[in-house]
Amino acid sequence: MAEAEESPGEHETATPRPLFAGLSDISISQDIPIEGEITIPMSAHARELDNSTLNESVRHTIMRDLKAVGKKFMHVLYPRKSNALLRDWDLWGPLILCVTLALMLQKSSVDGEKDGGPQFAEVFVVVWFGAVTITLNSKLLGGNISFFQSLCVLGYCILPLTVAMLICRLVLLAGQGPINFMIRLFVVAVMFAWSVIASTAFLADSQPPNRKALAVYPVFLFYFVISWMILTFTP
Amino acid sequence: MGMQELQPGQEFGDGATLLAANPDATTINIEDTGETSKHQPRPRGSSGREEDEELLGNNDSDETELLAGQKKSSPFWTFEYYQTFFDVDTHQVFDRIKGSLLPVPGKNFVRLYVRSNPDLYGPFWICATLVFAIAISGNLSNFLIHLGEKTYHYVPEFQKVSIAATIIYAYAWLVPLALWGFLMWRNSKVMNIVSYSFLEIVCVYGYSLFIYIPTAVLWIIPQRVVRWVLVMIALGISGSVLAMTFWPAVREDNRRVALATIVTIVLLHVLLSVGCLAYFFDAPEMDHLPTTTATPNQTVVAAKSS
Repeated sequence: MAEAEESPGEHETATPRPLFAGLSDISISQDIPIEGEITIPMSAHARELDNSTLNESVRHTIMRDLKAVGKKFMHVLYPRKSNALLRDWDLWGPLILCVTLALMLQKSSVDGEKDGGPQFAEVFVVVWFGAVTITLNSKLLGGNISFFQSLCVLGYCILPLTVAMLICRLVLLAGQGPINFMIRLFVVAVMFAWSVIASTAFLADSQPPNRKALAVYPVFLFYFVISWMILTFTP
Repeated sequence: MGMQELQPGQEFGDGATLLAANPDATTINIEDTGETSKHQPRPRGSSGREEDEELLGNNDSDETELLAGQKKSSPFWTFEYYQTFFDVDTHQVFDRIKGSLLPVPGKNFVRLYVRSNPDLYGPFWICATLVFAIAISGNLSNFLIHLGEKTYHYVPEFQKVSIAATIIYAYAWLVPLALWGFLMWRNSKVMNIVSYSFLEIVCVYGYSLFIYIPTAVLWIIPQRVVRWVLVMIALGISGSVLAMTFWPAVREDNRRVALATIVTIVLLHVLLSVGCLAYFFDAPEMDHLPTTTATPNQTVVAAKSS
């Protein structure tokens, strides 16, 4: 490209010639190789690059979603200032957690007692309508978090309470009594605090500073009610 | 006509306190219904004038009128319209709660705290907290009362949450609706200086229910006397907040109608609190009677443990 780099400007500095007069002198010699590919390669490497997930195996698809859910679980269990839950929100995790919690919390006996524990549908409604109400409240107060991001965070932060439910059921297998109750109370209290701290870490930044407490209080109430349902579960 | 620039929420309060020092300012009530203000100072005898101004507060200035006019301008199907009802800061909510807990005679809750910025945050979340407080406290109290009995099997009584929610939310929304309708109807017959918008009435009712939250928690104590003392205190505080808020609105009316309105408001409040106490909290002494299925031995034990 040596000749091509020769610009008419060089001639102009030597002698005042009309503009673009030297263009005809520029030529591309035959021995300069023109390189590059203009054909689109149809290799397997390129097929992965064009983001089509239609051809992958079912196991691969499921594992990808499960890994995403698992990664978010880790983010909840070790709450750090990160945007992972907010950026790639999904509702699979909350659904899994809510169904697990509702299945474990529902009345185990069908002896027709009038006042018993919550039914499956009641737990489901409390969790989802509670989350929707808190999200609406946060948006109405002027927060800049999107609807589904907030649902995602609230749903994922039920994870500690689901773990508490599992532990409570295991502890209840050993029979009931005051010591049993103390252990369950302690576990539920710790997990409740964990849930509130985890969700506040994600949600607090989205509110203007003079309304943070107004947005956080409903979250506190929400997890308190769920903790109460877990603590009062009797088989 | 000094027109100051307004920062949202900030000078609003300063302007009101400044004007409070000047009780001779003409007071104009801004209604939410969009009607033109019909509260010209009436050329009547001065028998109730100072009281009126004191009770009305002195926040109504040109700035208030402008701000109120600007706020509700979005049509009702947009999200921004509903955002105007949540336009409160943390300290404002705390101030309103404090105002409902400490009713000062002569100070009107709506004029002093709500000030043409009624919010739905307080009423909604106070009612939600109250629902769960009553349900959980009732459950705990029943558990503690029946603790020693052999035939008692603990149930979480989750269905009571739905009942409590229906009662509390119906009270907090339907009674203000009825009261607002009634006041509007009386307004068309008798020119009142003070009239409240529907949201302001909802606001007053919502914040006046706040006292019941600690009351419900304290109702866990299984002593009849303690419970009724608590009922009296709570009724006194919240009833006086309501009465002092609505008295200026009905005062110009026929004496009997005014008194009947205030009495009805207080009676409904009494009904709510006594009804909740009776339904969600078992009576402490009655359930210590021995059940007929117990053996005589257990009967004696149960009677002794009560």
